[in-house]
Amino acid sequence: MTTMTSESRTRARRTMSGGQARPSVPATIAKGTVFSIACALVILPFIGIVATSMAPAEQISAAGGLVLFPERLDFSAYDAILSGGIVTRALGVSVLVTVGGTAVSLTVSSLLAYTLTRRALPFRRGLTLLVVVSLFFSPGLLPTYLAVQSYGLLNSLAALILPTALSAFNVIVLRAFFGGLPPDILDAAEIDGASEMRLLTSIVIPLSKAALAVIGLFYAVGYWNAFFSALIYLNDSAMWPLQLVLRTYVVDDNTITGYDLASDVIPAQPALQMAILVISVLPILLVYPWLQKHFAKGALTGAIKG
Amino acid sequence: MALPGVVLLLAFQYVPLLGNVIAFKDYLPFVGIGDSPWVGFDNFRIILDGDPRFLNALTNTLLITLVQVVLVFPIPIALALALNSFVSERIKRLVQSVLYLPHFLSWVIVVAVFQQFLGGAGMINNFLRSQGGDTFSIIGNPDAFIPLITAQVVWKDSGWATILFLAVLSRVSTELYEASSVDGAGRWRQMWHVTLPALRPIIVLLLILKLGDALSVGFEQIILQQPAVGLQASEVLDTYVYNNGIVDQNWSQAAAVGLVKGLVAVVLVWGANKVAHLFGEDGLYRS
Repeated sequence: MTTMTSESRTRARRTMSGGQARPSVPATIAKGTVFSIACALVILPFIGIVATSMAPAEQISAAGGLVLFPERLDFSAYDAILSGGIVTRALGVSVLVTVGGTAVSLTVSSLLAYTLTRRALPFRRGLTLLVVVSLFFSPGLLPTYLAVQSYGLLNSLAALILPTALSAFNVIVLRAFFGGLPPDILDAAEIDGASEMRLLTSIVIPLSKAALAVIGLFYAVGYWNAFFSALIYLNDSAMWPLQLVLRTYVVDDNTITGYDLASDVIPAQPALQMAILVISVLPILLVYPWLQKHFAKGALTGAIKG
Repeated sequence: MALPGVVLLLAFQYVPLLGNVIAFKDYLPFVGIGDSPWVGFDNFRIILDGDPRFLNALTNTLLITLVQVVLVFPIPIALALALNSFVSERIKRLVQSVLYLPHFLSWVIVVAVFQQFLGGAGMINNFLRSQGGDTFSIIGNPDAFIPLITAQVVWKDSGWATILFLAVLSRVSTELYEASSVDGAGRWRQMWHVTLPALRPIIVLLLILKLGDALSVGFEQIILQQPAVGLQASEVLDTYVYNNGIVDQNWSQAAAVGLVKGLVAVVLVWGANKVAHLFGEDGLYRS
């Protein structure tokens, strides 16, 4: 008996809190090294990009391109791209499409998701089927393009919003969330004579703020990052969102002229390019803590189970 | 209340689905879909007769899918297993937060970042040049195209997939580990008998989804880099449909390829799901 206890005590010392065996020291060092390198591969590029966008022209030309830390801070690249030229305009378009698109998406998705939870509604099964089936089939690039064209949406900002405004997946996640709210409150309000719209705006939405915030963030990131819809639906460069400007001047490496910038001072090309990159990444970085917090917690586990 | 949503679904999902009839017509933009003449299966000749441009796109697509399943898919599993065995919760969370970030960046940004660092005038080559060393050519080199886009996929999305696996691992009952440890199982036996079986359902699920996407590989990612390496190395089915259809205006032929591609994807998912059921897994759905 006594030997058993001492043996299990030794065993306990060798295991971690969750009952997992404790890794050996060399294994931990090896893993630590791998993860440090992996993290550096993600972080270093950002340091180079931010540093170059703020570095003085002499330093950039001496380095022949990117630098890892600026000798002194020089914000002329930001002044130039924000002085009213093509980049400023694109920033405005991207903000407009992202804010407008997210508002449209959230409104339409919550209306649809809410109706799908109301049992009394006729055609509820048919509607659910309509949403779910669309998850499994993609109509294809060309038919979608022709449809957008036939609606007269080519070369309009609506083409950047409407075709992707409704994500069936997000509707299903929202429906699951709305359906999980305590039914008693809704029943009570219904007896008091509240209309369906009133139920949605006064009860369901206030109770689902967190879920709506997450879905809204995902829609917003999607609109902000969208590149392909702008490429195929827009001809006029005055309507370009930031991602297309980024492709033209950074990926395709076209020279940014004073005419493009509407500015007389033209800072070093790498600084300009990296400054455009920074303003495209910045909004994502700003919302990242929320995305991460909510994604790890809620939306994800639902997605795996569902 | 559901009306706006239903209108959007019909207008951008179901009406375009019907638009696939142009695959059986000779679509002429100026007469419209309705009045374009029917041509039966003529447009599918491109597939049946093995048009060289189409075959090239198909081969590249399958090759890239193969590389991504064999080389890329296991990486997040390994990362999740390694991360899961870290003692400190804080380090776990920090590493996750960093690795997961690139998932939210657009492809334009990812491609731009890779060019700035690996390009001919990129940071690493500039450094090598300043040290008098040899430079390398990765960006714009057709031979390096598949390794390059594979590295980009790993950089962008392996952190995201790692979190999926970690979320499943965090739900494994600690009793299983405790019991196995009392029975004398060490680290490797715990991994083999507890951790990996817990991951099996999600691995099967993700493989099925991957199979459904077998014919669609990184459209935005590839279209951005196509001018630099040329079509021979970089044309895949999705870019073929775009280049042949919207750019070259061979609407009906390209739509036929798109339609077959879509149907094959549905059949693949359905088939993979059946196979998963045969092995006793739930897969994507169970009827």
